[in-house]
Amino acid sequence: MVDLDGRPAGRVTEDPFGRYGAVSRVRDGLRAYRMIAAMWIRSTMAYRASFAMTTFGNFAATSFDFVAILLMFSQVDELGGYALPEIALLYGTSAVAFGLADLTIGSMDRLGRRVRDGTLDTLLVRPVPVLAQVAADKFALRRLGRVTQGLFILGYALATLDVTWTPVKVLMIPLMVASGGLIFCAVFVGGAAFQFVAQDASEVQNAFTYGGVTLVQYPPSIFAKDLLRGVTFVLPLAFVNWLPGLYVLGRAYPLDLPTWVAFAPPLVAVACCALAGVAWRAGLRTYRSTGS
Amino acid sequence: MGTGRLYAAVAAGGFRRYATYRVATAAGVFTNTVFGFILAYTYIALWHEKPHLGGYDQAQALTYVWVGQAMFAVMVLGSAGFEEELIERIRTGDIAVDLYRPADLQLWWLAADMGRALFQLLGRGVVPMACGALFFDLALPDGPLPWLACLVAVALGALVSFAIRYIVALWAFWLLDGAGAMQITWLTGVFFSGMLLPLNVFPGALGDLARLLPWSALLQAPADVLLGEADPIGTFAFQLGWAVVLLAVGRLIQSAATRKVVVQGG
Repeated sequence: MVDLDGRPAGRVTEDPFGRYGAVSRVRDGLRAYRMIAAMWIRSTMAYRASFAMTTFGNFAATSFDFVAILLMFSQVDELGGYALPEIALLYGTSAVAFGLADLTIGSMDRLGRRVRDGTLDTLLVRPVPVLAQVAADKFALRRLGRVTQGLFILGYALATLDVTWTPVKVLMIPLMVASGGLIFCAVFVGGAAFQFVAQDASEVQNAFTYGGVTLVQYPPSIFAKDLLRGVTFVLPLAFVNWLPGLYVLGRAYPLDLPTWVAFAPPLVAVACCALAGVAWRAGLRTYRSTGS
Repeated sequence: MGTGRLYAAVAAGGFRRYATYRVATAAGVFTNTVFGFILAYTYIALWHEKPHLGGYDQAQALTYVWVGQAMFAVMVLGSAGFEEELIERIRTGDIAVDLYRPADLQLWWLAADMGRALFQLLGRGVVPMACGALFFDLALPDGPLPWLACLVAVALGALVSFAIRYIVALWAFWLLDGAGAMQITWLTGVFFSGMLLPLNVFPGALGDLARLLPWSALLQAPADVLLGEADPIGTFAFQLGWAVVLLAVGRLIQSAATRKVVVQGG
């Protein structure tokens, strides 16, 4: 048996340390991810009209959150003390960040079903990291629809915002999107790890992923203090866009946090990913096949 | 078995089928509650900015949020219900078997869907509503009468919801792939049911139009009956009217579709 590159399979178990260390494991994982994702893209592109329609559908469906905000602003001039362009900045950055995470590993929420119907077993025997296989499984390019609508709103925000741009503030935008994307990736992986335990609880994961992105699309000023503490110190979604975003807008942070927290998102993102990785390994270790 | 008992058994089957997934139901309750909290805070901000927006006071607006979360699964406003399965049966040709059964296709699926709706009302409606009442100041009626009227409106809304989705599913006889039609229905349903925002907050003519369309029977109507904002009898007549029209349209499409079926043999 040979693996996808034509080399003998089984190296993972034969040589877990030595030359086959953590770095090459990550490299192998990424390569496997790329190949599986490319396969799904090819299969999607076999039906181009269908791809165009579902991408547009994804674009329209995910735009609804902003449509709700627009409907609100048809009645009021500000919400929680924030004007529409300011909310658009919070919305756009978090929507693009979440959209990128959803595009790359949004399929993770199918893990519970795989555990239930036993198809996870097939992935376990392949000489490719399970995380890469689960993440790339059914890679859905149509999710570019969400990224696109987020970029539109972000573009609108940047065009209409009344902000004195400094180099730091300009740099903050890509930084928010990248770190926010990683934080959401960690939430996806952590949620999937939880599904090893609770197999048909994928909706709980939705509460944190889709619920999380809906939450941070609104300004923090409208939420209760306890909720703000929760999304700052427990599940650090506040670092996706609120804290760096409020720095860009020149507004006071919630909970009287110090100024430097606006620059913490990359560190928070790395910490979240590390924790999610630990949770994933723990989850995978508890896995018992259903045998079906 | 009498026909009434047959459809009662199908409805019971629909109820039991969803009752089996207890963890999934609990997970759904959790998600509806989380979204209820997020929405409730945005509504508080909105009604703080403009009190009595759309004729609701803040307590009524918050009640609307939680009625919405309770109706989410009952009216199938978020995901797919029976229509996904029906479309699959049409696509694979299994529908031919269904047509030879001594039961009416539309009534069969209606019974199953009503069983499902009843389970979702108990399983995914009651707890988020109670949770909302616990944490927020809601405008809930004192006497049993508005609650009963609301239940009638929910039942009629579920009927309209079924009738819409049945029509959509039958398009699969011509389109073979129902994904696009389902997605469009889902989008219109979320928008025009009042799931995004109460329809009375929609600006001008858009709001008037939305209130006339059948989707307002799914969420806006039961909510307004509970809140005492709508005359129950008039609301029931509106919902029943749409239910009768849409069920009749479904029946017409069904007879056109079944004439089209060619059984390919075994």
